[in-house]
Amino acid sequence: MENSVHQDSGSLTVEQAVANLCGDDLGLRVYAAWWLGRFRVNAPEAINGLVTALEDEEDRTDAGGYPLRRNAARALGKLGDQQVVPALLTALECSDFYVREAAAQALESLGDQSSVPKLVALLKDQVPGTLPALEPPYLAQPFDAIIEALGRLGAEQTRALIEPFLDHAVPRIQYAAMRAMYQLTPDPQIACQYGDRLTQALLNDNLQLRRTVLADLGAIGYLPAAEAIARTPAENSLKLIALQGVLEKHVAIADSDLSADAIAVMTLMDSLL
Amino acid sequence: MTISINAGALDAQTDQISRLIEAVEKADSSPALFAAVRQLADVADEEAIPTLVAALSYNNPGAAIAAVSGLVRLGRLAVPAIVEQLDLHNYSARAWAVRALAEIGDPRGLVTLLDAATSDFAVSVRRAATKGLGEINWQEFPTQKLLEQSQEIALSALLQIAQQDHEWVVRYAAITGLERFAFGTKGVGEGEMRSHIQLQLQQMIDHEQSVAVHARIRMAQHRLNIEKTQDSMDNPPDLLALTDLDWSKISQKLDEFSNSEVGLTLVEPH
Repeated sequence: MENSVHQDSGSLTVEQAVANLCGDDLGLRVYAAWWLGRFRVNAPEAINGLVTALEDEEDRTDAGGYPLRRNAARALGKLGDQQVVPALLTALECSDFYVREAAAQALESLGDQSSVPKLVALLKDQVPGTLPALEPPYLAQPFDAIIEALGRLGAEQTRALIEPFLDHAVPRIQYAAMRAMYQLTPDPQIACQYGDRLTQALLNDNLQLRRTVLADLGAIGYLPAAEAIARTPAENSLKLIALQGVLEKHVAIADSDLSADAIAVMTLMDSLL
Repeated sequence: MTISINAGALDAQTDQISRLIEAVEKADSSPALFAAVRQLADVADEEAIPTLVAALSYNNPGAAIAAVSGLVRLGRLAVPAIVEQLDLHNYSARAWAVRALAEIGDPRGLVTLLDAATSDFAVSVRRAATKGLGEINWQEFPTQKLLEQSQEIALSALLQIAQQDHEWVVRYAAITGLERFAFGTKGVGEGEMRSHIQLQLQQMIDHEQSVAVHARIRMAQHRLNIEKTQDSMDNPPDLLALTDLDWSKISQKLDEFSNSEVGLTLVEPH
């Protein structure tokens, strides 16, 4: 099925998850880190445990990766506590590509401006000791995650650095650059050129790439893409999430009236239920 | 314009259907299967129903989506075969069958939709079933008693889902369902149902945290306030009316659901 999330929160309790996080069983540790993020447990002891897990040395893959650190970074991104930003910035220096990717994504969700300089250094590939990804095309850095974070942080001064990635060999990274350039370009007409390029990418033959573009368009809430989102061949669940992003960019709970645009987007959403 | 079908043309069509069915059965790759099912779905012929229903269980999402749209186009002709499919223990096929029933709106699918909307573990199935609860063809119910019993439980389910489901998209679907429900009910109790829905929407709006669901509630409120009646909801006379046996089965399943664990949590709406 498209997506299936159980409504119950599994058999763990908060106390048990926190205990498992620093227990001896490595499998339980990595699961506890995921669980705390999934169920948004932002109790202080959970946060402390996850920050400690970001420096874990025990859980290693054969290739030297840090599975627990990856899950801990992802969880911290979901918990919304700004105090963990320095720990995540340190995680951006980790040798494990996937820890850096998770840390960049977490910093994007936390939205703290102090992340910009370290993200820029990583984008320039100037952080010593960082190893490339283990899968082709063996990227040096998680460029898409870094670029998306800079876009979300509104770091306009990084536009010139991001622009060359519009032509990167990896489509996912091109899309991240379009998305960030849209967010970072003050002139609305020029910004829309990037939004339109991203919308065009919905015509891609590859389903996985269309899914990526849907997430990108939802993230920037690009209204002119609404119909193209509804039409592209992909799971309705993903199209609905993208349209939710568009809708929520254009309405607020405090608004007294709904705009014609908001009604048009909801009419599209109704047709996808 | 008059359409005359001579025996030769009819044979040609039967031939074409047989060829399309054979293409589905012989497809040896996932893209070939998808293409074959889509072609078969596009002709929307009654003969295609068993093959389209079978395609729901091929574990090929593209083919399943195409099959669902073909079955929906065939409408109630396809309902008995879809309902039969529900008895098989293939979760994924069941989920696709639920979606087809949600789109068709046939009363024989009502209890299946109630079950799926309130209990299915997959968000996408709860979402589709919930919206479908608002689009049952209420006009064709034969007795006032069965109509009232069915509407009460469907409305209670929609109200419960709108306020309790953990996923924004399912609550969103429930609001859409409530709006359609308000426009789809006719006759005795219509005004009462509608003002009950309006009152409930007003209460929900103060508690809803999701911006998208909040906006959908306001859209529903707006539509319910300005459009007093919607005559276009009337169905044309139906040549495929349900039989007494169909209705007694619906009634029996409804009673079973009302007494189930979930059914018992659905409070009386009045």
